[in-house]
Amino acid sequence: MNGSILSFDQVTFTYMPEDKSVKPAVSDLSFSIKEGEWVALVGHNGSGKSTIAKLMNGLLFPQQGTVKAMGLDMSEESLWDIRSQMGMVFQNPDNQFVGATVQDDVAFALENNGIPHDEMVVRVRESLQQVKMEEYLDHEPHHLSGGQKQRVAIAGALALRPRLLILDEATSMLDPQGRREVIETIRELREATGLTVLSITHDLEEAALADRILVMNKGQKQMEGTPDSVFSADDELTEMGLDLPFAMRMAGLLQQAGVPVTGESMTEHELVEELWTYYSNK
Amino acid sequence: MMEKMIFGRFIPGDSLVHRLDPRAKILFVFLFIAIVFIANNAITYAILLGFTLLSVFLSKIRLYFLINGLKPVFILMAFTFFLHLFFTQGGDLLVSIGFVDIYEEGLRQGIFISIRFLVLVFMTSILTLTTSPISITDGIEVLLGPFKRVKLPVHELALMMSISLRFIPTLMDETGKILKAQMARGSDIGSGPIKERIKAVVPLLIPLFVSAFKRAEDLATAMEVRGYRGGEGRTRYRQLNWRLIDTLSLLLLVGFAGLLWYFRS
Repeated sequence: MNGSILSFDQVTFTYMPEDKSVKPAVSDLSFSIKEGEWVALVGHNGSGKSTIAKLMNGLLFPQQGTVKAMGLDMSEESLWDIRSQMGMVFQNPDNQFVGATVQDDVAFALENNGIPHDEMVVRVRESLQQVKMEEYLDHEPHHLSGGQKQRVAIAGALALRPRLLILDEATSMLDPQGRREVIETIRELREATGLTVLSITHDLEEAALADRILVMNKGQKQMEGTPDSVFSADDELTEMGLDLPFAMRMAGLLQQAGVPVTGESMTEHELVEELWTYYSNK
Repeated sequence: MMEKMIFGRFIPGDSLVHRLDPRAKILFVFLFIAIVFIANNAITYAILLGFTLLSVFLSKIRLYFLINGLKPVFILMAFTFFLHLFFTQGGDLLVSIGFVDIYEEGLRQGIFISIRFLVLVFMTSILTLTTSPISITDGIEVLLGPFKRVKLPVHELALMMSISLRFIPTLMDETGKILKAQMARGSDIGSGPIKERIKAVVPLLIPLFVSAFKRAEDLATAMEVRGYRGGEGRTRYRQLNWRLIDTLSLLLLVGFAGLLWYFRS
């Protein structure tokens, strides 16, 4: 079970292969994601993140190297097989809502894959429960908030019971509350089912929750490691245009001001926890 | 103005008409449109009007609401009425004011055509008011099913329709936003001569088009990733079920047509 679920092997992709002066969007990229992991792929605009997402689901094919998913080489033949085992949630909550109502949208992928009607009804209920949207079955998209729409999109992906869930900037268009809703949903999902998640994001706060972070810069992998180890190189991150999570920046400033916090707190909540127990722990 | 318009609006409810199968309702309305033309005298038009009012009653839509919402249609109706009144000749001369002669036949035709117009608009409005757009789409898809044999892309048409319906509110919101954004930049849309007003719409339409194309692209990606490969091998989440009441409603319509036929002159 603990095999690699998605792997890139020396992948290079250029949008204009004829023109040698154009730099490849992704060059010589290798990484792999194991079953059950939560990996965050971070990078600033133009770092190649969205190209990577398109390479993963076979919207683009690399000029060099291989993409493997679910143990299959990505090709025209294996494409649909791979897609049926992979759920994706995109950036714009409105533009990925296909159905007229919540339940229609969740059922969309199931219909496409020819799941029988009785099974569909069960799965739609089940996946909406997983994202806590079961009361909104008949709601139309324009009566939902951004966060709710993204949760429906997650349910739509879950309904197919995928082995891998890819969030492609899924929180970047949401307000703080919506973002929290979505991240919380993912966290609970992981706890309950151990689903493999790949989140592509430029929000380091979201990335901080992952088991492992890959930092992309100008089409190449710049860093890889646990959130702790990646965030310790904060100067490098700032140079790439990525902002450390607020709590970590705050901790850094506190340390400079002579307050000996550990600097390991990655969320505001953890930092507050550390600060108010500061004296009693001394 | 938009709130009062009832074209294409759906009012959720639980009336007998609401619960009919969309296929039955669509067939019913189409047959009804044909049947309307059977009527040709006072009795048959009276029966037609009575039948329509009965349908309105069964759909539990308030008559006042219907009349209020169809005001623009009444203007058109009045127009055709007067057209017939003034220009149809035949029968006795009723009134003659100056160069306007009103004949008995003109009055008759005017009233009949107006009633015909009224029942058609009422019936089609009842269809759209009591059936959600998505159900209408489902119904059409199934009803057009046989045309797949002659290579009519029925599934694609239905999907196009349901996606368009789904995006109407989204694009309306967007139009509102663009309008405000342009107004904030000093564009004046609500006043001036017609020519100026039409010109002012351009900066509204272009951003809307650009964003609609962007949305379409995103949507296509999202659909493809979710495994959409056309209608082949697809199952349906929404199931329609034809019940006895649906058959009965159509039989009732056939009986009604017979009645009209009997009384027509």
